[in-house]
Amino acid sequence: MSAGVYLTRKIEFSASHLYHNPNLSAAENRRIFGKCNNPHGHGHNYTLEVTIAGEPDPVTGMVLDLKQLKDILEREVMQRMDHRHLNYEVAELEGQIPTCENIARVIWQLLEPKITIGRLHRVRLYESPDLFADCYRNGTNGAGN
Amino acid sequence: MSGALKVELGRRYRFSASHRLHSPQLSEEENDRIFGKCNNPHGHGHNYVVEVRLSGKVDPATGMIANLTDLDAFVAQQFLEEFDHTSLNEDVPVFREKVPTTENLCIEIYRRLMTFPHARLERVRIQETRNNSFEYSGEDPEGDRN
Repeated sequence: MSAGVYLTRKIEFSASHLYHNPNLSAAENRRIFGKCNNPHGHGHNYTLEVTIAGEPDPVTGMVLDLKQLKDILEREVMQRMDHRHLNYEVAELEGQIPTCENIARVIWQLLEPKITIGRLHRVRLYESPDLFADCYRNGTNGAGN
Repeated sequence: MSGALKVELGRRYRFSASHRLHSPQLSEEENDRIFGKCNNPHGHGHNYVVEVRLSGKVDPATGMIANLTDLDAFVAQQFLEEFDHTSLNEDVPVFREKVPTTENLCIEIYRRLMTFPHARLERVRIQETRNNSFEYSGEDPEGDRN
């Protein structure tokens, strides 16, 4: 396998959410989720880093056209999630607690089929500067970290 | 595309401490030559940022790999409270024997967090300054480390 080059693009979006599992009692929800269970929700500025693995094209020197990646992120992520309430307005998250882990996985599932040049290597979603989730295919996390 | 999707959780913790890089096995001159200004007898300090990476099954009931409240409490109890605002050389017994380089700090913190009961510890990464960072993800399976 050749070395490959990893290209990362970062975008930011703002959204609100709350953690609540309807199958648990009110007391259990409060115990497990703490202040994240506040029924009125709360918000974050999310930072998303999307890493694409590939080989630079010999003609353009690019792994993929950044404009194309920007358009995919705009359509798949920004339009769906920016300035939205993740519990109520994002169909793909329905039935799931919108934790950083679950949002990262949903973003992976949205992006993977759209990346036709290169290969989606990693989705990293920061909920705050000190908390993030990574999603990738098992066994491929050895590089580009 | 093969391979199951894997999700990891990363959380950063901060502490401030001082250290001095000095090995009793080396002469004064060798210590000075190898460690340079880090060998200053009075020590110096850093704001350390410790990044803890965990993996595991995302629990369908909570959407979480691990509850952050559990992780925060574990981290506080395993090293954060003991290390913060200390002189690592003098206040943390393990560093009376070992040079408190950030490499050794990574290994020590990894060792202390390995027993976290709710998820698998993947790695510990410590940022010593904006420009220096170190990572440890357990013993090399080849067995040629440590």
